[in-house]
Amino acid sequence: MTAPAAGEPIISATDLRLRYGDREVLHGLTFDVLRGETMVVIGGSGSGKSTMLRTLVGLEKPSSGEVRIKGIDITKASEREMDDIRKHIGLAFQGGALIGSMSVGENIALPLLEHTALEPNTIEVMVRIKLEQVGLSGFEHYSPSQLSGGMKKRAAFARATSMDPEILFFDEPSAGLDPITAAGIDDLILSLKKAYGLTMVVVTHELASAYLIADRIILLDRGNIVAIGPADEVKNSQHPRVRQFLDRVADTTQDDEVDHLRMFTEGIR
Amino acid sequence: MQWVADVGAVTERSVAYVGGLAVIFGNALRLLVVSPLKRTRMLNRAIHEATAAGVGAVPIVSLIAFFVGVIIALQGAYELQRIGAMQLVASLVAISITRELGPLITAIVVIGRSGSAFAAEIGTMRVTEELDALKTMALDPVAFLVVPKFLAMAVMLPCLTIWSDLMGVVGGGLFGVIGGGFTVGGYLIATRDALLLRDITSGVIKSVVFGLVITAVGCQEGFATGAGAEEVGRSTTSAVVISILLVILIDLVFTALFYLARGGG
Repeated sequence: MTAPAAGEPIISATDLRLRYGDREVLHGLTFDVLRGETMVVIGGSGSGKSTMLRTLVGLEKPSSGEVRIKGIDITKASEREMDDIRKHIGLAFQGGALIGSMSVGENIALPLLEHTALEPNTIEVMVRIKLEQVGLSGFEHYSPSQLSGGMKKRAAFARATSMDPEILFFDEPSAGLDPITAAGIDDLILSLKKAYGLTMVVVTHELASAYLIADRIILLDRGNIVAIGPADEVKNSQHPRVRQFLDRVADTTQDDEVDHLRMFTEGIR
Repeated sequence: MQWVADVGAVTERSVAYVGGLAVIFGNALRLLVVSPLKRTRMLNRAIHEATAAGVGAVPIVSLIAFFVGVIIALQGAYELQRIGAMQLVASLVAISITRELGPLITAIVVIGRSGSAFAAEIGTMRVTEELDALKTMALDPVAFLVVPKFLAMAVMLPCLTIWSDLMGVVGGGLFGVIGGGFTVGGYLIATRDALLLRDITSGVIKSVVFGLVITAVGCQEGFATGAGAEEVGRSTTSAVVISILLVILIDLVFTALFYLARGGG
């Protein structure tokens, strides 16, 4: 693995657009994620933040624009190139997405068994180290269905880090958890950051957690970036949409009175 | 003339569906050769699948094939007795089981046990994002999940079919010995004399194709699962219904071909 030279972009998205049918979900996003930083993407439900994450790791194909990871445009990469990139990234899914037919330990060992020539004994040791890091020592023989929501997320972190990736993606790491467990997850992310100095992209709608872990923040609103910058800068932004989100103000006013009325009368004669 | 358009639409969908099956089979075949995944681990997964789909089906396939053997013997005897041809029961059972009922019954049991399980497994994995997780770990779901299933089914279905042929003959023999005046040895000799190697091989060839079709349909339905638990149920149901339909259709085509290949005799 190349030594992380902080400051250069490791992910860069240019005019990223994605449409489902005739509904555009991402309206031309352009941003960089720098090597070694923690970028937190915040936004409300339906803002497109999870879709953006899925696009960054190649699970969704953008309708236009490009995503470069370590200089390679993943929208045009072959399956083989894509697999090479995927071996250097880890994604912790919202619900864990642990393979249900395997034990927790087998889940974490899976990428190592499939992609490396390591001895099974070595892999077993590595699995224990990864589990220890996320506070799940001794759980390797449990089946994923025997774990609580928070434990599943932590096991998913362990699996995402098993190949020692350069970039870690987290989808809603603290969604659906009680405040204490959520704080534990934040600590875990901070400790992973300190231990490996890796690049992290975290999608969340938890502001407290965003402020705590972010170097920079992207605020996404209805598929547009309305603010991007260092955490403090976004926190103090005066942009109305940013303030509304950060101050937790509900949507009450309609954007356009005429559009609003048309919504009720459209197609009726 | 709405029905013409409807028939057209259904035909188009059916052709597209079968095309999809061909694509998934082609992909699996390609990945079997070119996938960067380790072959030994792939083979281990195939053995695991074969144990579940093949070995696990032995008791129920045995039981059903045995009963069907008895039923064919009973039904045959009812008619043959009247013309005083009870000695033909053995050949009636042997031929109808090996050529037709052995492969068909085995396929239908395997559809119920494994085709449905494939759709449910892959469908659930889709709903819980496990398929996405495999992709992000650079493990192609087709190479990781589907290739081992194809391998397992292509081997296990013929094996199960041969076994069910045997159990069917045993079932027929039970009636033959108890109610048909055969001796055990006499029944077995009559069976051997009635059978040509071709009768068994044609059934076994069919069963390989059945195995591939059941796997392709189960996996395709799994991948096509929408969001939610309800959708998994729907995929499982269509996997079973479509597999049964296709297996019987293919059986018809094969039987017709074997018939014509013999010059109409």
